[in-house]
Amino acid sequence: MTDWLSPQEWQALALSLKVAFWATLVSLPFGVLVAWALARRRFPGHGLLNGIIHLPLILPPVVTGYLLLLTFGRKGPVGAWLESWFGIVLAFRWTGAVLAAAVMAFPLMVRAIRLSFEAVDPKLEQAAGTLGAPPVWVFLTVTLPLILPGLIAGAILCFAKAMGEFGATITFVAAIPGQTQTLPSAIYAFLQVPGGDASALRLVTVSVAVALGALALSEWLAQRASARIGSHTGGRDA
Amino acid sequence: MLEVTFRHAFPGLALDVCFTAPPGITVLFGRSGSGKTTIVNAVAGLLVPDQGRIAVQGRALFDSATRLNLPPHRRRAPYVFQEARLFPHLTVRQNLNFGRWFTRATAPDFGAIVEMLGIAPLLNRRPAALSGGEKQRVALGRALLAGPEILLMDEPLAALDEARKAEILPYIERLRDAGGPPVLYVTHALTEVARLATTLVVVENGVTIAHGPAQDLLSDPTYAPQLGLRDAGSILTARLVGQEADGLSRLETAAGPLWLPQVQAPLGSVLRIRIAAQDVILSRQRPQGLSALNILPAMVSALRMGDGPGALVQLAVGHEHLLVRLTRRSAEALTLEAGAEVFAILKSVAVAQSNIFPPTRQAPHDAEP
Repeated sequence: MTDWLSPQEWQALALSLKVAFWATLVSLPFGVLVAWALARRRFPGHGLLNGIIHLPLILPPVVTGYLLLLTFGRKGPVGAWLESWFGIVLAFRWTGAVLAAAVMAFPLMVRAIRLSFEAVDPKLEQAAGTLGAPPVWVFLTVTLPLILPGLIAGAILCFAKAMGEFGATITFVAAIPGQTQTLPSAIYAFLQVPGGDASALRLVTVSVAVALGALALSEWLAQRASARIGSHTGGRDA
Repeated sequence: MLEVTFRHAFPGLALDVCFTAPPGITVLFGRSGSGKTTIVNAVAGLLVPDQGRIAVQGRALFDSATRLNLPPHRRRAPYVFQEARLFPHLTVRQNLNFGRWFTRATAPDFGAIVEMLGIAPLLNRRPAALSGGEKQRVALGRALLAGPEILLMDEPLAALDEARKAEILPYIERLRDAGGPPVLYVTHALTEVARLATTLVVVENGVTIAHGPAQDLLSDPTYAPQLGLRDAGSILTARLVGQEADGLSRLETAAGPLWLPQVQAPLGSVLRIRIAAQDVILSRQRPQGLSALNILPAMVSALRMGDGPGALVQLAVGHEHLLVRLTRRSAEALTLEAGAEVFAILKSVAVAQSNIFPPTRQAPHDAEP
């Protein structure tokens, strides 16, 4: 089964999947929190937060990667603190690739979730409150199920973006085969060596397949979720 | 018992609210923009008043003196809104059970409420598959099953057409007469007031200008301008005693017999009849050779001359009151004054079927003609 990809290619694919998975999982709670705050709260710094979230979208990825290196590198303020207190090192590790991918994908995720928060009628949450539901339960039993399609869309978008992240990742954690060489950096590396075209092409095919698969999965999940909300279907099932 | 006293200033509207709501349905009545919904929101905890006190059955929900302000979910004051606000991702059954997840003990019987509201066939559907009237019945059931100490309803019928209103009104009456929780009910429809209210609170420009038993306020000439002169009317209690051969029904009131067309009710039932103030004619002598069938002896108990051409007269009919609207010229020509004896004349066909209601159990005056 492993014949059609070389060990190095397999490594790159597995690493990318791992990085994208963790980037999505770790950023999801923050994404929900930030999207909720932006959609539902008015506070000083609202516009600033919105701007900072969107920065990775408009900055050159290399700049984002370099800023991450300055902040989270072993000599950076946060990086040094993380290392001395928790022994966590991000720079030039796969965990750093997770951070870079998460930061780059964050604006896309927040956008999708924020839109679905804005589509939830606050009057439903108000009604739930008067029926005796404490705010946390209102969120879990009313808001969360109603934003589920947007949540899924945001997560898949984040996953796909994380799979393809290149600029910030290579700047922050370089492309060490087996450690930080993700799919895009592997493709780039293969293109730099004579005779690497075949490898690059195989990995390109794999990326396209993964991206299409993610898209199809998100469509299917979102459709199921909207059917549950029952806005269009009759749902007269017993 | 709900006690509400508070002040709150909005730009352009200053609320000054003071009333108590005994068991039964207390209707907040006033023009749109008079602050009725704001009052209900303050009871629900959706609005924090500047100062005052709100208490249900002696339990304070809000008290600016002690800085107490319970959040909505701890007030046990479920709210039925104009739009049903059912949760679209839950079935009817799950919607009904929503409040029960959060109330300990005292949760009312699910089966009894489902049966009272006639929603058993809907339990497995989702809200998107319900009609407007069905949605509102489910919303009512959901509120009742949350174990309310007070039930709040803000124009729950306003978004429905006449047929749907007629479908829901009996359920609200049943709730009132079954000795359910006190209900605070907002409307600007006088027919709903006449039909549902045990207590009436009149709201004008954010101020509660009057509150008391609905039957008394509806026949009080002082408040008729606020209630709407064209719609003004009072309520007589009557007992159905016979169905006559020509299709008329004979009823007994405290002041004498009343004939109305085809009243659909079992013989002996006590009914409430809303009589529009402008449908009553007054005469000093018992008229002869008149087509109108109903001539009730009465005594003027209050008189209010309007600023324009109109006047309002309150009549004592037995121990009940009848409100009459006529011109000032007529009032002067008849030399009406408090204590004057008159005859109130009412055409049988002036009373529509929709103005004949079943009685309230807590009716302030019980007619024993």
